[in-house]
Amino acid sequence: MKAAAVALATLAGSIALALLAPQWLVFMAMVVLAKGIVVLGLLVLMRTGLVSFGQGLYFGIGAYAAALLSHRWHVSDAAAMMVAGAAAAGLVAAFLGLLLARYREIFFAMLSLAFSMILYGLLVKSAALGSTDGFNLHARSFFGIALTAGTERQVFLVAGSVCAVVAALLVHRLFGGHWGRLSTGVRDNELRVTYLGASPYRIVYVNYLIASALAGFGGALAALAVGHVDPEMAYWTISGEFVFIAILGGTQSILAPFAAAAIFETLRMIASQYAPNVWQMSLGLAMLAIIMFLPGGLWTLTQRWRRSA
Amino acid sequence: MSPVLSAQGLQKSFGAVSAAADVSLDFDADTVVSLIGANGAGKTTFLNMVTGYLRPDSGSIQFGGRELVGLSPRQITKLGISRSFQMPQLFNTMSVRENLLVAESIATADDPEAATDAALARFELERYAGQKAGVLPEGIRKLLDVAMALSSRSKLLLLDEPTSGVSADEKFAIMDVVMGAARAAGVTVIFVEHDMDIVARFAGRVVAFYDGGIIGDGLPDTVLRAEEVRRYVIGEEVPHATA
Repeated sequence: MKAAAVALATLAGSIALALLAPQWLVFMAMVVLAKGIVVLGLLVLMRTGLVSFGQGLYFGIGAYAAALLSHRWHVSDAAAMMVAGAAAAGLVAAFLGLLLARYREIFFAMLSLAFSMILYGLLVKSAALGSTDGFNLHARSFFGIALTAGTERQVFLVAGSVCAVVAALLVHRLFGGHWGRLSTGVRDNELRVTYLGASPYRIVYVNYLIASALAGFGGALAALAVGHVDPEMAYWTISGEFVFIAILGGTQSILAPFAAAAIFETLRMIASQYAPNVWQMSLGLAMLAIIMFLPGGLWTLTQRWRRSA
Repeated sequence: MSPVLSAQGLQKSFGAVSAAADVSLDFDADTVVSLIGANGAGKTTFLNMVTGYLRPDSGSIQFGGRELVGLSPRQITKLGISRSFQMPQLFNTMSVRENLLVAESIATADDPEAATDAALARFELERYAGQKAGVLPEGIRKLLDVAMALSSRSKLLLLDEPTSGVSADEKFAIMDVVMGAARAAGVTVIFVEHDMDIVARFAGRVVAFYDGGIIGDGLPDTVLRAEEVRRYVIGEEVPHATA
């Protein structure tokens, strides 16, 4: 009930934003949405006790899949691009997950980082994909409905919000029940999970698939927002950014990734506006403050307010 | 009646140490059997081979007509063999209720909530239901560990030192609860134990291990009085009969 109310409020907010906000804010909202979805996937992995430092891999795959659809096959439908982004990422994850699901802790984190850097290396070397420059994509319709010039981003924002809300609700539902407890069980004690008759490997694999498909979707959305893709989307700094946002928000709520992504982008905008040479340092200090004073993430603030109210 | 669990000619060595030297044991349904022996005698190795954690070098283990050697712990668990651990293996960040809910949800498709409530009552854990498993006293952790193992599909319950780490005055109370629950569930119980008072009180049959082999097998009264068992397992100074 509460979840449905929050979902409706979010959708209403994004529609209002799409209709009333200036272009730069619509663009920023799309980027926030894209990153929030990727971080939602990270939260899924974190439930099993795993941190991926390589979600840039699936973010990049999603973005390039969407862009290739437009660039190579002249498909200009945004809905197809979003589906392609999530599907391509899910497909690669179905393969890599077979290996990665065996690893834990730092080994999992480093291996996932390594795979993302392989993709980065391939993209940089690939002249056909524009090398370091990347290439543009053009989306002119949504579900077959042609979009008038200038309204594309508004439509994508609303469509992205709908998908994000649906994804968040599904994750919320899935992890509020048995699957959530099982995932926490894997994080707490794999031996016990095995001796209860369940497979930690399978649980990690499925969560990895979910996280990757979400990251691919986020990548496609980001590509639609920017209208351009380049290898930086798979670079390790972007993977680090996702982990940063996850820690910033905390893991207590499915809303936290989106709130944290919004705060992150705002912080970055302000920092690069007023301190262009030290914006990374500003973000670093913000992170330090979070870890020292709110180790559970910003979302713990809402719990404090609720308790004191 | 054919035995529930039948081990034949089990061999297992770790380097020069023989943890199982031709161990053959049959276990009948609805019995309570205690495995005793000094540290390193091969009791836990036996449990580990039955549950698939260790693969015997040779020999066979039959359970309900199925060969267990070569199966994974997960497959063996699914056949109805569950185990508790010497060090309780719990989900420390979850509540007692959630711990049991995970166990029951894996074991049964229908109504894990009801099964969980029943388990809470059977193991007298209701007043701890909301507490995190990580902060419980050791005796309660032990009970929860057994409660998680004994789910609705268990046929054979293996307990590895169910009373170790528990204060002397709590031991009997805990075993009373555990054995009561096992009896109610109609499972066969094999438990490893060092406390001979517990063994004498709860076991219907005792198997004594020494150096990877079996030196005594029978009713508690008989086995616990045997000279070799007293010397090598209980650690009493037993004068040699000829001396």
